[in-house]
Amino acid sequence: MRTLDLLQLASGALLRRGARAGMLLLAMAIGVAAVIVLTGLGEGARRYVTGEFSSLGTHLLIVLPGRAETTGAGATLIAGETPRDLTLDDALALRRSPAIEKYAPLVVGSASVSYLGLDREVPVLGSTSELLAVRNWEMAQGRFLPAGDIDRPQSVAVIGAKIKRELFANTNALGKWLRLGDRRFRVIGVLSSEGRAIGIDVEELVIVPVASAQMLFNSASLFRILVQARSRDEMPAAKKFILETVARRHQGEEDITVITQDAVLKTFDAIFVALTMTLGGIAAVSLLVAGILVMNVMLVAVTQRTAEVGLLKAIGARSRQVQRLFLTEALLLSFTGGLLGLVLGYGGAWFLGIVYPALTFMPPWWAVAAAMVTALFSGLFIGLLPARRAARMDPVQALRGG
Amino acid sequence: MIHLEKINRIFQVGDQQVRALNDVDLTIRSGEYLSIMGPSGSGKSTLLNILGLLDQPSSGTYQLDGRETTQIDDEQLARLRGRKIGFVFQFFHLIGRLSAAENIELPLILAEEAPAVRKPKVQEILHKVGLEDRAEHRPDQLSGGQRQRVAIARATITRPDVLLADEPTGNLDSVSGAEVIQLMETMNDSGLTVLVVTHDPIIGDRARRKIKMIDGAIVADTQERGDEDT
Ligand SMILES: Nc1ncnc2c1ncn2[C@@H]1O[C@H](COP(=O)(O)OP(=O)(O)OP(=O)(O)O)[C@@H](O)[C@H]1O
Ligand SMILES: [Mg+2]
Repeated sequence: MRTLDLLQLASGALLRRGARAGMLLLAMAIGVAAVIVLTGLGEGARRYVTGEFSSLGTHLLIVLPGRAETTGAGATLIAGETPRDLTLDDALALRRSPAIEKYAPLVVGSASVSYLGLDREVPVLGSTSELLAVRNWEMAQGRFLPAGDIDRPQSVAVIGAKIKRELFANTNALGKWLRLGDRRFRVIGVLSSEGRAIGIDVEELVIVPVASAQMLFNSASLFRILVQARSRDEMPAAKKFILETVARRHQGEEDITVITQDAVLKTFDAIFVALTMTLGGIAAVSLLVAGILVMNVMLVAVTQRTAEVGLLKAIGARSRQVQRLFLTEALLLSFTGGLLGLVLGYGGAWFLGIVYPALTFMPPWWAVAAAMVTALFSGLFIGLLPARRAARMDPVQALRGG
Repeated sequence: MIHLEKINRIFQVGDQQVRALNDVDLTIRSGEYLSIMGPSGSGKSTLLNILGLLDQPSSGTYQLDGRETTQIDDEQLARLRGRKIGFVFQFFHLIGRLSAAENIELPLILAEEAPAVRKPKVQEILHKVGLEDRAEHRPDQLSGGQRQRVAIARATITRPDVLLADEPTGNLDSVSGAEVIQLMETMNDSGLTVLVVTHDPIIGDRARRKIKMIDGAIVADTQERGDEDT
C-alpha cells in the first residue's frame, strides 16, 4: 500500500474510534508529559545547584563550622554534633599561609532596610573587601567594602541593583544614608546585577563589613569562610593548613569542615542525576501503562473488526498489508500521543514555572528523546501482537465475524 | 478457465469429521453465468470460498487459468484474489466509516495503484452501477440494494475474471434483489463470468447454467437449451 493511503486508512479508523482512541492518546500523552516534567525538574534542580557552586569561583575552599562525615564519594553536608563557632580570629589566622591567596569571612542574616520611609526585609551579608574578587562580582557604581582592619566595624554598605532600584529609583544612591536594623549605613557602592550567591540573588543583597554585621546581628560567629587558594595545585596544602590552624585554635579539636568546590559539585551532580533518573523511571511506569492500554485497545479493535479483516483479505489484501494497517494505527496513536505529551509536558512545565517561579525547569534532551522513543517503540511492539493476529486470521472465519 | 477435480473439503469439529465437499468436479468456462442451488448445509458456500481462493480444499486440484492453486503460498493467493476474483456477500461487508466511493476504491488501494489512476475508474464504475450521486454517502445512509450495488462495484473495479456472489439477494426485497441480479447480468453480458449461490428459484432459474448441490456433491448440472453436462 502507498504510505499516504496507509496513513489515511489508519487515521480514518482511529478517528472512528473517537473517545476510546482519545483516552488512549491522553494516557500516552500523560506518560510522555510526566517523563518530561519530572526529569525536567530533576535536571533543573541539578543545574541550579551545580550552577550555584560553580559561581563560587575556582580554587575555592569553603570552611564551615562543624564536623562533617567524610565518605569516599566526597564530603557530604551532614553536620555532626553542635559545632564550636567559627570566629573572626579564626579567619584572621588563615592569613599566614603561603598557599592562601584571599579569604573572606561571611556572616549572613536578614534585616529590614529603609530609606525615606521605604523599607523592606533583605538578606544582609557581612564580609570583607576580598569577597569581591573571591566571588568574581562586579561593581555597577562606586566601590566595594574598603580594605583594612577587618575587625573594625564601619558604617558603609554595598547594595544590590534591585535594592538600589526599589529604594532610590533613578536617583543617585552613592553617599546616601540608609537604615539597616537599628543602625545607619552610608551607601558606597552598587553591585552589578550579574551573579548569584548561595541561594540568594545578588540583586537583593546588602553587604556590610563583617564586624558591622556581627554587631547588627549581635553574634560573634561566622557563617563560613571562603578561601581562595593560590592555584588549583595548592588547594590540598591550603586545606591542610586551614584544618591544622583552626584545630590548634580550637584546643586541638578538628571541629570544622573544609569542602572544595569539586567535591561538592561531584556530590550534588551525582545526587541530582540519580534523582532525575528516579523521577524519569517513575514517569516511565506511566508510559508503560499507556503502552499496555494501547495493546488492549488494539486487541479489542482487531476483534471488533474481524469482519473487516476478512473482507480486506477477500478483496486481495496480503497478510503483510493487513498487519501494516493495524501497526500503522498503533504507531499513529502512540506518535500522536507522544507529540501531545511533548506539548502537555512543556506546557505543564511552563505553567508550573509561572505558579512556582522558584522551580527551574530544564528537561534533559535525553529524557525527552527517551520518552518519545519509548512511546513509539511501545506503539510498535505493542501494536505488533494485535496486527499479527489480524494478519493471520482465516478469511472465511473472519468474514463470518470471527 | 476454472477446473476443479476431485475436490474434498473436510472440517474437523471436535473428534467428528464434517465432509462439506465430496469429490466435486467442476469446469467453468470464461463468460459463463451459473447459479448454485441446494439445501442449507449442502456445501454451496464452501465451494464458493474454495473457488474464490479464500479457502483451500482438503484434497483435489483446482486450476485457475491453467495454474494449479492448491500449492501456492498465501501471498500469491492474495494477489490472485485481488486480480482475478470479485466477491459479493449476503451481508454486503462494506466498511462503515468509508464512503461508497472509498469502499469501491479499496481494492485499487491494496493493489497500490496511483490515486490519479484510481479516481476515474471509481467514477466510471459508480456510473455503471447508477450510484454517481451517492458517491460520498456512507453505507448506513444507503438502502440495502444500493449497498449491494456498491459491493458489486467494489468486486468488479479491478476487472476480475469471475464474480462470486453468495446469496447476494438474501437480505434484499424482491425489487432491489432483481436490480442487483440485473446488474450482474449486464456485467456478464460484457464478458464477466458470474456465479451466484441462491435459495431463490426464480433467481436461480435465470442463470444459463444451473448447478444443484446436496450433501457436498453436485447432483445436477443443467445448461440452457436442455444440454446436460455431468
Ligand atoms: N468452518 C467450519 N467448521 C466446521 N464445519 C463447517 C465449517 N464451515 C462449514 N461447515 C459445514 O460444512 C457444511 C457445508 O456448509 P456450507 O456453509 O458450505 O453450506 P451452504 O450450502 O452454504 O449452506 P447455507 O445455504 O445455509 O448457506 C455444513 O454442514 C457446515 O456445517
Ligand atoms: Mg452458505
